[in-house]
Amino acid sequence: MKLNLVVGGAAGQGLKTLNYILSKTFFRKGFSIYSSKDYMSRVRGGHNFMSIRIGDEEITGPTTEEDILLALNEETIELHQDKLVDDSTILYDGELEDRRSVNLSASEIAKEIGNSKVASTVFIGGVLKILGLDLAETKEVLDEYFEDEEIKEINYKALEAGYQEVETDYQLPSVSKTDNQILIDGNQAVGLGAVMAGVQFYSAYPMTPSTGVMNYIANQENKLGIVVEQAEDEIAAINMAIGASYSGVRAMTGTSGGGFALMNEGLGLAGVAETPLVIAEVQRPGPATGLPTRTEQSDLSFVINSSQGEFPLVVLAPKDAQDAFHQTFRAFNLAEKYQLPVIILSDQFLADSKKNITEFDLDSLTIKRSIMSDEEAEKIEDYKRYQLTEDGISPLAYPGQLEDEVVVFDSDEHDQEGHITEDADTRVKMVDKRAKKIEKLIDEDLAEPEYIGPEKIDYLLVGWGSTYGPLLEAREKLAQDDCQVGVLSFSDVWPLPTAKLEEKAENIELIVVENNSTGQFSKLIRSETGIKASEKILKYDGRPFTGFELYNAIKEEVMF
Amino acid sequence: MLNKEIYQADQDTAWCPGCGNLPLRNVLADVLAELELSPTDVAMFTGIGQAAKMVHYIKVNGLNGLHGRALPPALGMRIANHKLKVIVESGDGDTYGEGGNHLLHNIRRNPDIAHFVHNNQIYGLTKGQASPTTEEGTTTTVQPNGITAKPFNPIKFAVAMEASFVARGFVGNQEQLKELMKEALNHRGYALIDILQPCVSFNKLNTYQWYSKRVYQLDEQYDPTDYQAALQKAEEWGDNIPTGVIYRNERPIFRDKFPQLDDNTPLVEKEINPKELSELVDEFK
Ligand SMILES: Cc1ncc(C[n+]2csc(CCOP(=O)(O)OP(=O)(O)O)c2C)c(N)n1
Ligand code: SF4
Repeated sequence: MKLNLVVGGAAGQGLKTLNYILSKTFFRKGFSIYSSKDYMSRVRGGHNFMSIRIGDEEITGPTTEEDILLALNEETIELHQDKLVDDSTILYDGELEDRRSVNLSASEIAKEIGNSKVASTVFIGGVLKILGLDLAETKEVLDEYFEDEEIKEINYKALEAGYQEVETDYQLPSVSKTDNQILIDGNQAVGLGAVMAGVQFYSAYPMTPSTGVMNYIANQENKLGIVVEQAEDEIAAINMAIGASYSGVRAMTGTSGGGFALMNEGLGLAGVAETPLVIAEVQRPGPATGLPTRTEQSDLSFVINSSQGEFPLVVLAPKDAQDAFHQTFRAFNLAEKYQLPVIILSDQFLADSKKNITEFDLDSLTIKRSIMSDEEAEKIEDYKRYQLTEDGISPLAYPGQLEDEVVVFDSDEHDQEGHITEDADTRVKMVDKRAKKIEKLIDEDLAEPEYIGPEKIDYLLVGWGSTYGPLLEAREKLAQDDCQVGVLSFSDVWPLPTAKLEEKAENIELIVVENNSTGQFSKLIRSETGIKASEKILKYDGRPFTGFELYNAIKEEVMF
Repeated sequence: MLNKEIYQADQDTAWCPGCGNLPLRNVLADVLAELELSPTDVAMFTGIGQAAKMVHYIKVNGLNGLHGRALPPALGMRIANHKLKVIVESGDGDTYGEGGNHLLHNIRRNPDIAHFVHNNQIYGLTKGQASPTTEEGTTTTVQPNGITAKPFNPIKFAVAMEASFVARGFVGNQEQLKELMKEALNHRGYALIDILQPCVSFNKLNTYQWYSKRVYQLDEQYDPTDYQAALQKAEEWGDNIPTGVIYRNERPIFRDKFPQLDDNTPLVEKEINPKELSELVDEFK
């Protein structure tokens, strides 16, 4: 059983609070949950909505069908008409001529209680009653959410009042509380992954939808002794992080496409100077300012080709919050082991979607520092920052670590000591040295895509990054129709792992699914392997795929 | 005092004979030796340009970064490790042109950095185009009709922003320059020295002779802590160009504004163990 609850209204109407409290309530009760945001780039007014999908089995993506619509204004009803189904319920603060509507005069009740601001809590009470759920967990959540005792009291009252006012309409399956689950969004997962990996310096310039990563880390800074610096621009942000990394700490920056465009020169600097650096690029539709609060996967080609010249870099595109955490953690180890930039290529859909996932197994995490130890440093004589080695990886020390030696970092082509050179032979050696690291990475660390599906299939669906969840849902629906489909979902996108793809793609129709208009990933596959997709399912209206939509598209466009 | 030889890099400079960068480097080595800063105690951050090549010509830790971007990485180090002395070395184009935004914001932050700007009033490395400090009307290869913009006055700018240390030096007065650099390195906070450094190849106006005729040293009577007086001094240019510390104040430095940083152990010496951070995960329950 799955049910979709949508809360819609204008920015500034308390949607965020409503979403938070309801999501947390369902989560604490033990439901599986997937909540996503659809918001406009404005602070007040406009139309925003949040979907909370709940059920008793894992939910991996959003849906457009709305079972319960909590409409905070009239516009919401108009705009969501076509997503309502026959047995939907509309909860509205006013009179509405629709047999599906339940009137809950939340603002009036809130006023009677003595604070018009608690209308949204009245609604929460109403929603829970309609679903036939009790209030225990909600009270707990309100208790944590508000600090002031008086405000708490009045919210409890509003909750009870809303609960009294309506009738139960739905029968939810019974679920039991779980204690190994957490509820987290993609940005928080990236932030938490970074913190666990030992990030000590994060510099960024705010840009939607990446700001959540900065917010998360900034929230921990006092507790953990981390520094988050809001830079004057993205150019400064990446250069500061490079300076911190040169100084020996784990450093990171984050941005979205436009900001990443500004970071490009800095990225090349990290590349040529072989500096470990982690960058979160949380995509939104471009070009230029694009659609600031919407989603797209259209920076892939840009990111893997970013900055001038040739140098190795790694691009990881997390599939969901669980993956975002682990990929970010892994990114720090990789960046340091190979002394290169690693980009976490996320997107608004993943960044802003909250999902319950199994708690991270912290015992499985190991911070692998690749900077030389102080004991090794003591033995160093005649230190060469860019020493030519078999595998292209040079000894990494930080300034001040070596007794009598200095650490020189250079953006120009340089010799082994880090000094400017224009010598032709050295140039070739240095280019080759940097390239060698990628060969090693492919051998030792590149992860093949995840395959989900039966051994024998009729079609292979290929996706990367955040399309994972919707693809899983589509595959299940197709399987229910006896259609044998496999999903191959990539997290490591650059360098592109090719073994599994080559194996699975043999004699099978390949359908590539991506959130962009030109099929960038399908082009990448073709250029790296020669394998051509027989179909592409592309979406670029700024909204994510849903499983149902993919299922339909595959049935209609691919299978006829 | 340390032996000056230890700063000797085994690189030949790519500077023109007679360039003002050469005496500047000499003074810098003297200063480091006199302050007993060994090469490992110092980290130099530079941008791009002739001046910015200093990292390669003096032996200290160094990051030779991007054009205009010497300050941001220096700032990253100020957070990561407060034990090293941080010097930024850059040209006037690097600092006031490409890097203008960073200059502005770093004055606001007041990091503990000594910034030596080699102001030759021209772009040297790219062969003689106008820099933000070139005189209005000067003709160059790309400005055949003369420069249309007023020159930038870095001293006035920095004083107006209440930078915590603002000075002007001249490579033709090495004794004074040495004292200024020492003061800047000992100053807690952001110390900017705009150093008049003749470019003998491309700037035919602002030559050694031109500067020598005009510069004068601020005398003992001058009080650099007087903001209004400093603003007035900052206006002087042309026939009389003051050198010395023009403005100085004391205020908290960048790093001190982060209560989470401890005074003894730099971030770089700290260790993090993810297994001890389980309460961070609990916040999502
Ligand atoms: C982003 C970028 N733009 C332009 C250049 C080319 N460039 C190199 S140095 C320089 C000007 C340097 O002038 P200045 O900072 O005054 O230093 P000088 O060479 O005079 O010491 C320019 C424009 C570059 N390297 N990078
Ligand atoms: S071009 Fe000018 S600034 Fe550059 S080295 Fe020659 S004289 Fe010095």
